[in-house]
Amino acid sequence: MDTIVNALPYLLKGLQVTLYIFIIAIILGFILGLIMALMRLAPLKILNWIAKIFIDAIRGTPFLVQLFFIYFGVNSLSWISFNSTTAGIITVAINAGAYFAEIIRAGIQSIDKGQAEAARSVGLTNVQTMRYIILPQAFRRMLPTITNQSIISLKDTSLLSIIGIADLTQQGEIQASATFEAFKIWLTVGIIYFIIIYLLSLLASFLERRFELR
Amino acid sequence: MTVIKVKNLKKSFGNLEVLKDINADIQEKEVVCVIGPSGSGKSTFLRCLNRLEAITGGSVTINGHDITDPKVDINKVRQNVGMVFQQFNLFPHKTVVENITLGPIKALSMNKEEAIKKAHELLAKVGLQEKAGSYPGELSGGQKQRVAIARALAMNPKIMLFDEPTSALDPEMVGDVLEVMKQLAKEGMTMVVVTHEMGFAREVGDRVIFMDGGYIVEENKPAELFGNPQHERTKAFLSKVL
Ligand SMILES: Nc1ncnc2c1ncn2[C@@H]1O[C@H](COP(=O)(O)OP(=O)(O)O)[C@@H](O)[C@H]1O
Ligand SMILES: [Mg+2]
Repeated sequence: MDTIVNALPYLLKGLQVTLYIFIIAIILGFILGLIMALMRLAPLKILNWIAKIFIDAIRGTPFLVQLFFIYFGVNSLSWISFNSTTAGIITVAINAGAYFAEIIRAGIQSIDKGQAEAARSVGLTNVQTMRYIILPQAFRRMLPTITNQSIISLKDTSLLSIIGIADLTQQGEIQASATFEAFKIWLTVGIIYFIIIYLLSLLASFLERRFELR
Repeated sequence: MTVIKVKNLKKSFGNLEVLKDINADIQEKEVVCVIGPSGSGKSTFLRCLNRLEAITGGSVTINGHDITDPKVDINKVRQNVGMVFQQFNLFPHKTVVENITLGPIKALSMNKEEAIKKAHELLAKVGLQEKAGSYPGELSGGQKQRVAIARALAMNPKIMLFDEPTSALDPEMVGDVLEVMKQLAKEGMTMVVVTHEMGFAREVGDRVIFMDGGYIVEENKPAELFGNPQHERTKAFLSKVL
């Protein structure tokens, strides 16, 4: 028990880093996903293509390769430089963004087209129709899938330890080798991840129930 | 005064030509009922009148504005043309009052209090004051359709288009909706109504248009068209529905 009690402050510091990266990345990823989804559905062909290439490229390559590409590849360009945390945030955001884009696109397309027609027929513009009628309904419908992807992204952040980010997994590694108590440490790390993910899904089902009343 | 002028209107979906050559003039305060077999292009015709469908050929002029002209602000034109759909298309995530006030607030920039006041007046008119705070999911079909009518009226339209407004309703709900429409007609609203309710067409319509195969086959006063149809296709259709 002492091992765990002594290691816990370090692990929680790691958790802080994990959550910090996750929250910023998921918000950026969501905004990126929304933009990509709208581009994917835009009447302009060139926008469709840009979005499609982006989405396919990200979904068709492993997360680690994306991380290495950004941290080692892009970072090696002479005119650009960022630290490992920034690289981590960018990678998680871009990765989640591509998946969010497809989720949001499918959500938008799942809304009956009569909704848009009714909105247009009371004089709303395309943008107003999207904002007040289509997106609010689509988001309600997408909530479970968005939660799923967010959980996947949270788990993906553990891979960031590879580029030296002191996240929960990295702290676990340090503690495991410092204490020679790998079993206890990794069990604790696993439980911490589990609790966070459990809380995330609780939050999601709370939101779902709130919206379902309508 | 002619408020809707349709000239040589054509509409195709890909290779399928749905409207072949439609010509119609609709006068202010006129109630025109459009009848015809399923698939004859009635809905498409109606939807061309507020450009929910892009027109393939010809022209549609609403209150003197050619709506095919790219310079015309179609959102402005639509504000003058209310539309009621067979499937109601109420916004399920918004309350009844929010459904009604959305257009006035967002498109007409009406202030919120005024829009809500107007919404309550319109709800009283369609007999649904007590449903102001309900969500569409809590209403019956007939109530939904009356809210949809109130929503369209909230924009103060000059013209109302109805696409089979009672076809999705249980029979006992039809009467309430028709009653609201009759009242509107009495108040002098210009109306184009696609309907299978021949009783309504006969009683309320100033003119009945019979469409088949993408053409207007025959049009006349209801008594004439129902009592003394001129074309074989009209006779065949009427013999099935009357
Ligand atoms: N968006 C569309 N795309 C392709 N075909 C369509 C579309 N809308 C209607 N049609 C076709 O046009 C024809 C006329 O349809 P419609 O105007 O709905 O007829 P009605 O309302 O008289 O039943 C039908 O054959 C229908 O399948
Ligand atoms: Mg139809």
